[in-house]
Amino acid sequence: MATETLIWLIPLPPLLAFFLIVLFTNRNKALSHTIGVGAAALSWLASMVVFFRAVGAEHLGGHPFADSIPWLPTGDTFLKIGVLVDPVGAAVLFFVAWTIFMIFLYSVGYQNYGQPKGDHDVAGLPPHGATVEDHGHPNKPGAGKHVVPSIEPMYSRFFAFLGLFAFGMYTLVLSDNFLTFFVGWEIMGLCSYLLIGFWYGKPSARAAMIKAFMTTRVGDVFMLLGISFLYSATGTLSFREIFTEETLHILAATMTPIMGLSAAGLIAILLFIGTVGKSAQWPLHVWLPDAMEGPTPVSAMIHAATMVSAGVYAVVRMFPLLTAGFNGHELTTAMSVVAFIGAFTALFAATIAVAQNDIKRVLAYSTISQLGFMIAALGIGAYVAAVFHLITHAFFKALLFLGSGSVIHGMEHGVLHTGNHHVDPQDMFNMGGLRRKMPITFWTFLIGGFALSGFPIITAGFWSKDEILADAFGHGHMAVFITLAVAAFMTAFYTMRQITLTFLGEPRTKEAEHAQENKWTMTVPLMVLAFFAVTYGWVGIPEHFPLLGGLVPNWFHEFVGSTLAEHPEALEFNVIPLLTSLFVALGGLFFGWLVYRKVQAPAQDRLQIPVLKNKWYFDEAYDFLFVQPAYWFSETFVSAWMDKGFIDGILHLFGPTTNGIGAAIRNYFDVPVVNRFFGDGTADAAQWVGRNLRPIQTGRVQQYFMLALVVFIVIGAALYYLLLA
Amino acid sequence: MIPLSWYLILSAGLFSIGLFGVLTRRNAVAILLGVELMLNSVNVNLAAFWRYGDVNQMAGQVFAIVVFAVAAAEVAVGLALVISVYRKRNTVIADEIDLMKW
Repeated sequence: MATETLIWLIPLPPLLAFFLIVLFTNRNKALSHTIGVGAAALSWLASMVVFFRAVGAEHLGGHPFADSIPWLPTGDTFLKIGVLVDPVGAAVLFFVAWTIFMIFLYSVGYQNYGQPKGDHDVAGLPPHGATVEDHGHPNKPGAGKHVVPSIEPMYSRFFAFLGLFAFGMYTLVLSDNFLTFFVGWEIMGLCSYLLIGFWYGKPSARAAMIKAFMTTRVGDVFMLLGISFLYSATGTLSFREIFTEETLHILAATMTPIMGLSAAGLIAILLFIGTVGKSAQWPLHVWLPDAMEGPTPVSAMIHAATMVSAGVYAVVRMFPLLTAGFNGHELTTAMSVVAFIGAFTALFAATIAVAQNDIKRVLAYSTISQLGFMIAALGIGAYVAAVFHLITHAFFKALLFLGSGSVIHGMEHGVLHTGNHHVDPQDMFNMGGLRRKMPITFWTFLIGGFALSGFPIITAGFWSKDEILADAFGHGHMAVFITLAVAAFMTAFYTMRQITLTFLGEPRTKEAEHAQENKWTMTVPLMVLAFFAVTYGWVGIPEHFPLLGGLVPNWFHEFVGSTLAEHPEALEFNVIPLLTSLFVALGGLFFGWLVYRKVQAPAQDRLQIPVLKNKWYFDEAYDFLFVQPAYWFSETFVSAWMDKGFIDGILHLFGPTTNGIGAAIRNYFDVPVVNRFFGDGTADAAQWVGRNLRPIQTGRVQQYFMLALVVFIVIGAALYYLLLA
Repeated sequence: MIPLSWYLILSAGLFSIGLFGVLTRRNAVAILLGVELMLNSVNVNLAAFWRYGDVNQMAGQVFAIVVFAVAAAEVAVGLALVISVYRKRNTVIADEIDLMKW
């Protein structure tokens, strides 16, 4: 099959799966997950074929796989939609396909496929477990009843939503224009809303879904503005037509009245605000930790594989626009903004992560922080390093999220065993010693954690993070370099804190003692992702790295770098950033272990200071600044004043007025004239006449005759007198 | 030739006798007889006016014959009613037949 045709087909299986499950197979759980996972596998297969053809193609940067068709007529021209796989697209497609496929597979185990139906489970709430007869130990006290995890009541719906989500991501990655890019972007926004609120019976999940949707919407509106501006300035939305030298030059030379930005810079900043929302950068980061309310595969999907990566991918895509007018030394205004936001977010989120106790929330803040690394890297023009970190991060963060899900699942097993539902299976202080109970989860989590920390040489995270630091140092952006180095130190620190609290030491609760390793559908994805979390770094070892450099060609740099018109130069080796990254990674890990190996309870944790624990009070501040005014606006202004006061006031004016007119007509015309006079009057008259004429109705025929005679004579006489006389 | 006025006087006399009978007799059959007298006084009028008017115009004679036919039918129906009433109520006195009273 032609590569272009194949690329067109990649997003379709998950979409088809979505409709099939929603319309037909919703009741059949086994069939639904077969369709869902099968669709993910098909897309994965097609993606791999496309990826390897892309790797094998010569000059892919100059001649990418591309195809487009006219779609929407706009007067004399058409809006075109199409597909594009250039080197960076191929690299992103690779990790997207892998992580999505693994997440689908993992979901089968996570949502308890094969388990019995729960005793009291209802749609919209997490399954509570099912009681089964225990045939294993008939002689043990209390034997006979045994609580096991129960299957998710809305199992099929989950796979349908995942399918739609995967469709959105594939569409976005493969688009060759901002239009379908934005469509995929918004489909994912919808799906994240649906999936975060998957357990809609929980009030916190409902709040989180709305928060996520509203916050990302703020960014999306600006992004749409940027796209509209771009279209009005260039007349096209196609990447390949916009990112030509002449167009970029014109855009960079055109000035706008806002802050002295060039058109290119303004568009880049507007598009970047979309990324800030989607990738949860400061100041729109608040939705992402709350999004942990969704089931864990969703967290992985949103945080690692798809949505937040899509935000960074958007900046990667518009990189030529962002750097238009960049001379290689002095950062443009747009780039400075991007670099500042990224670096600040990286540090800011890391400080919060050290004080969180929920295993998933730590990872959520860690994700925000790592995305900040990528954004900062793009801001200083380190294109390849950013893409590299995007991909390695997607692998090890998906691994960490799925690992944390595995831990939670194991802990839930313990909770079901003891029956004490007050124990939070996500709180790390309730864990400890899980390395013996869940060895596969432990080792894979350890690999993921070390990759996140940047454990030297072995892990992928080291190579990508080191490259960002080296780029920042090499191009003289010392502020960014120092900020990111501190953030990296804290990253290693909180990662080790998490590993120590969760897996090392002794179990701190009975639930942790009874935790259990999960099924193969959950552990296989962990192992696959762990494989990539280690090996993916080896394709991007810098050429000038001591000892190892040059052993393996720096394939990643060559391949991804060829996307840009100007191939970025390989950086000269410098020992300072290397020593820095060695120090922050190892130092952070060591300190994390040192401090937390003895900590048994939150009270002993010196870093649980309120300002960090409460996320620098951003939620409270936003609540005060935006949410409360919005409530005030809707309740007091719109509802009480506008609706009830003004509009209802007008209605209250019209109501009584017409009511009064109606009453007047009724009282002074209808009742006296129509009813009394015409209605009752004629009846009364007829009655009166009848009553008074009644006596002559004697029933005696001769009297009638007499009467007729008299009347005849009288009338005859009268006529005679009047007419003839 | 007898003048027309004599016929008219005869006719008026007959009509008055019939009317008197209708208004005063109590027996329903006698009332019917009175009605017959009144009808026949009209016939005398019709015949007289024909004879003293245009003899070639037959309208007066034709009208008289129509009145015979109507009178015969009327008497037949009237007597049938009287017999029916008599069978039901055992009386032919008009004043006692006052079912249509209010």
